[in-house]
Order: sequence, then structure tokens, then C-alpha cells
Amino acid sequence: MTQTNPPPTPSAWKRLRLAARPRTTKANALAALLAILLGFAVATQVRQNQSLGLESLRQSDLVTILDNATLLSSRLDQNARDLQATRDQLVSGSTSGAAAVKAAQERLDALGILAGTARAHGPGIRMTIADPRAKVTAPVLLDAIQELRDAGAEAIQVNNVRIVASSHFDQGASGIEIDGRSVLPPYMLTAIGDPATIDSAMEIPGGLAENVRQLGATISIAQEQELTVGALHPLSQPRYARPVPPSAPTTP
Amino acid sequence: MIPVLGLFVGLAAGLFLHPAVPLALQPYLPIAVIAALDAVFGGVRAVLDGIFDDKVFVVSFLSNVVVAAFIVFLGDQLGVGSQLSTGVVVVLGIRIFSNVASIRRHVFRA
Repeated sequence: MTQTNPPPTPSAWKRLRLAARPRTTKANALAALLAILLGFAVATQVRQNQSLGLESLRQSDLVTILDNATLLSSRLDQNARDLQATRDQLVSGSTSGAAAVKAAQERLDALGILAGTARAHGPGIRMTIADPRAKVTAPVLLDAIQELRDAGAEAIQVNNVRIVASSHFDQGASGIEIDGRSVLPPYMLTAIGDPATIDSAMEIPGGLAENVRQLGATISIAQEQELTVGALHPLSQPRYARPVPPSAPTTP
Repeated sequence: MIPVLGLFVGLAAGLFLHPAVPLALQPYLPIAVIAALDAVFGGVRAVLDGIFDDKVFVVSFLSNVVVAAFIVFLGDQLGVGSQLSTGVVVVLGIRIFSNVASIRRHVFRA
């Protein structure tokens, strides 16, 4: 290892040139083969080292990279959780919104039938009171309406007047007026409800049918499986009554 | 001359063929390369000293490579692979530097 030939030969370049002279000896060929292998290995190793990122790094660098990756991963996890929650919210929101719309529609239908602003159809009875001698008065007709309601009629119309909660009956000079509209005999009552129940309630002894017949009028009741209450009650805005605002948030 | 050409041929082959180092050889290749470089510089120095011998060069080259790889292998088996690799690299680096110093004295007389 230590250099021990102080007189440097003056022909160092010449020696090199001499050694570099191509010779066709077996050892020279072997040396060339080894040189090829060396070059190949160097190039391979350099390329390998460049292409491999992590394996050649220091421990501290690796720790830093791992930290960064963990941080990024946790941040992305958080992101994913947030987005998932938002998505769940949106999905449930749309379904609950649809449910709310459905409930509101059902409410609207029920209230419309109750208030007489919606047409109704279903099974029920058609009752005709023929009154040639004009003996049927408003109280009798009101009695008939009450009997129908007692029997479970949900929508009633007399001739072409829809009977609602606020309907009022008057005995005018020209006959019966309901809600200010003149109703002339024969009275055609259409009621939607359970046909058999209503029919038997009308025909009960001492009931409506008997009373009407005692007055000298004729009454006929027909059960129908499908009839329509087509008359509508004009909706009027209440002038005085106002809804009490709900103090607590209402449940839908 | 022919070995120098061979070196360049090998470099070119390695650069253009994109060989993948087998996983089992990955820890040994860099050490083997350093050992081979040590042998090469030793050979150049021997040429300048006028004591170059083809056979000695080939044998020293191969034995350097094999012994260096073996030492690393042994270190891996003992659990001190990285430390032993460092040690081998240090030793071979010192040898390369001393060889280069000798070559420099021959060539530049300094």
C-alpha cells in the first residue's frame, strides 16, 4: 500500500502506452471480460440506485417521509369521513324531504276533502228525497246531514252544494237554502262512506227515512260502490280567525 | 486498451439494456463494484510500477469481488450487514485512494 519506489521511472506514460497496447493473450481477454462486467455492474447499480427511491435513504429521511405519508393519509381519511357524512346527510335529506312532501300531500288531500275544496270519490250512498208537497224543511234536511255524518259519511253533497263544517241551512221563502244557495226538490244527497252502515242508519226505525215518509215525502236510498262528490265549496279567507303561531318547533 | 474498451462496452450495455438487479444480489452489487474498482486501480498502479501481471490482476479482481460480497453476506447473516458494508467500503476506499496516490506520483511526479 505504501509507495516504496522513490525513483519514479521517467517513462510512466510510456509504460501505460505499452500496457495499453492490444495484445491477444488469454489474460488480456479475461481482463477485458472482467472490465465489461465491471462496467455493466456500475451502470446497473447506478441505474438501480436512481430508480429506487426509498431503499437508499437514511433512517431519518425515511421517518420524515413516513410521517408525511401518515399525516397525508390521516388528512385524506378525515376528508373521506367528512364527504361520507355529507353524502349520508344528502341521501337521508332527500328521502326525508320526499317523505315530508308525501305527508304534506296526504294532509292536503284530507283537509281538501274536509273543507270541500277537493273532489272526492269512493263507495257510498245516493239518497233521493222527492217532496211534491214541500213538507221537507231545512231542519229535516239538516237532520239528514247529521244522520249521514253520524253514520260516518266523509263527504256529502246535496244537489250541487257541498256540505262542509260551516254549511248553514235556511228556510227561505222559495224553499231551502244551503250556504245561501237555493236547493230545490227532489233533494239528491250523495254521501261517501261505508254504504251498508249509512243505509242501515237511514232506515233505522224512528230514523230519517221514517220521519221523511211520515211527512208525506218519498225517500230512496241506493248503495253504490263508486260515486263522486263533485261539488266544491268555495274557499273563503277567514276575516278574523288567525292561526296561533306554534311556540315550539312543530313536528312534521 | 482492450479492457478499457470493454469497460465502455459494459457501461453502454448496462445503460441501454436496463437490467434489473435480482433482489438477492442487491446488497452485494455495490460492494462488489467497489471491490472491482479497487482491483482495477491496483492493476493500473502495478502497470506503472512495472510489476503488472495479467494473472495476478484477474485473480485479485475476482477474489476482491467474491470476498467483499461474502463479507457483506456474512454481515447480513449476523445482523450487522449495514455496518460491515460501511466497513468494507471504508477499507476499499482507503486502498483506492492510496493506489490513486501512487498512480498520481508516477504520472505527474507529484
